[in-house]
Amino acid sequence: MTLAVVLESDTTAALVDPQARRARFWSPRRVATPIVVAVVLLALYLWVANMTLDSIMQRTLNWDYILLRTREHLVLTFVASALVAVLAIPAGIVASRTRSRVLRGAILTIANIGQATPAIGFIILLAIIWQIGFQTALIALVAYSFLPVLRNTMVGLSQIDAHVTESARGMGMTPNQVLLRIELPLAVPVILAGLRTSLVFCVGVATVATFINAGGLGDMIVNGLKLQRFPVLIAGAVIVSCIALLIDWLASIAEDVLRPKGV
Amino acid sequence: MTDATTDTGSNRMLGGTATEKTIHTTTSITTVRNTSGAHIELRDVNKVYADQSVAAVENFSMNVEPGELIMFVGPSGCGKTTTMKMINRIIEPTSGTITIDGRDVLSLNPNELRRHIGYVIQQIGLFPHMSIAENIAVVPKLLGWSKEKTRNRVDELLSVVQLDPREFADRYPKQLSGGQQQRVGVARALAADPPVMLMDEPFGATDPITREKLQLEFLRLQESIGKTIIFVTHDFDEAVRLGDRIAVLSEKSKIEQFDTPENILASPANAYVASFIGRGAALKRLGLITVGDAELGRASDARGDASVDEGDSLRDALDLLMLTGLPAIAVTATGGRTVASISVAQVSAALGAGAAALDAPAAGERS
Repeated sequence: MTLAVVLESDTTAALVDPQARRARFWSPRRVATPIVVAVVLLALYLWVANMTLDSIMQRTLNWDYILLRTREHLVLTFVASALVAVLAIPAGIVASRTRSRVLRGAILTIANIGQATPAIGFIILLAIIWQIGFQTALIALVAYSFLPVLRNTMVGLSQIDAHVTESARGMGMTPNQVLLRIELPLAVPVILAGLRTSLVFCVGVATVATFINAGGLGDMIVNGLKLQRFPVLIAGAVIVSCIALLIDWLASIAEDVLRPKGV
Repeated sequence: MTDATTDTGSNRMLGGTATEKTIHTTTSITTVRNTSGAHIELRDVNKVYADQSVAAVENFSMNVEPGELIMFVGPSGCGKTTTMKMINRIIEPTSGTITIDGRDVLSLNPNELRRHIGYVIQQIGLFPHMSIAENIAVVPKLLGWSKEKTRNRVDELLSVVQLDPREFADRYPKQLSGGQQQRVGVARALAADPPVMLMDEPFGATDPITREKLQLEFLRLQESIGKTIIFVTHDFDEAVRLGDRIAVLSEKSKIEQFDTPENILASPANAYVASFIGRGAALKRLGLITVGDAELGRASDARGDASVDEGDSLRDALDLLMLTGLPAIAVTATGGRTVASISVAQVSAALGAGAAALDAPAAGERS
């Protein structure tokens, strides 16, 4: 008698509305970013195209030069970010796993120094004691953008509900299985947010690569300044800003797509 | 349909002594009372944490028969959870021996061991990034089951815990209510048909209505699967409702009394146990005795329309007697035919007879 009554009172679960999810994906900011970037770049193009360029400006404000510098800039950014991902995520795992406070402290201190040191100072010092060029710029970029990924990996792992890992262990997963099947997938959103920050850092800081002859859009900015050709300076600055915005935009989409379902 | 569980016996590490097979179908479980559970023995088990001077668990010894549902009851911090977690070595004992079906648990690989012990915790701990089906398939996957066998087992288990596989298999934990999640937790723990289950306040976080429902479902489930279960709770009423035997524990997991709910209610071993039972021990006992077990009056003595079924508890009968104010009410057999009557005096007598019958062996055990 009581049994039947109790059995009937089932609580229904709240379902996640797929429409609401789509609305969250196409937020106003997500739609606006590419439009703003396109409008700004178009305005820049029209402005430069309607300007009489002297020979100095012509040497810089042409498609070949701009595309070459942009490519250098992007290669630097992406290679550095990939290295950060490969190095900082494992470092974050080690730092959050280790019981040794000394090791954790050391990893965090090094990453902190990397970010606290002004990138331009570091890159030039490194060039003096080692060499100029791409590799040096790469190391400086990696050092500078290491911390966000490291820290987010540690935070991402530490914020996982301890009961989830306990039940994983209780079901007989080895520590490695717990890490790979449970902890890392659940930390993905936080780690990706760190990578996104690193990418944007890299786009900005890659402009100083020009000082050690490693190319990039910093060339345009510095040339424009040194030669007092403001259209060149402005074009360089605007393009770098647009790249930063676009990369941030792409990273935000990647975050949404790669976030594990159900989280 | 031949079913996934019937051939797990061969690769089962624990519980090889099952005397009867559980036969599942996709809609129901049809078994007589079986003993697919394993025998568990804890001997002089101690746990001392490195940073603490007093033991968390001291000289704990217990024998659990195959298929028994043992409740650990005690106040928070008494070591009941610690004791339970030493069985699957989530917590490593400091000393002592724990055996399951005669095999020393401490000599086995802990990960391999845990794959053969069901584990349910209060917070459930479902994996939020995995669908319900994937959650249940975790242990079968670890054991290397084939995809098809795993899928069949998942569907079967969802049906067992009364969730429609077509509706729930592909959902994610956060799309389920607390009660549904808890059922998935139980299904997940049963996935590889382990002979032993450890349950740490599994229904503690649910509302009273859902909790009662889950308890009833769980009892029915256990009746058919007959696992050896260690069930930790701080709710004595839950212990009385579910347990075959109850261990009332105090500080350092000391066993104050270890007996059937009836015996503990009828004759608490000491003041501590009595205080844990609280008021209304007689009423709680009535909840454990069915009307059919009492000395009943003639059918013609029944007054009024109210009736109780033979299978109802004496507590239900008393409730109805109080409510109606009648001297005696009808007792019906299955089918609704009135076969006898019951009065307050007869309810009371059943309690007395039960107490007298239980007193002798209980007293003998304690001396």
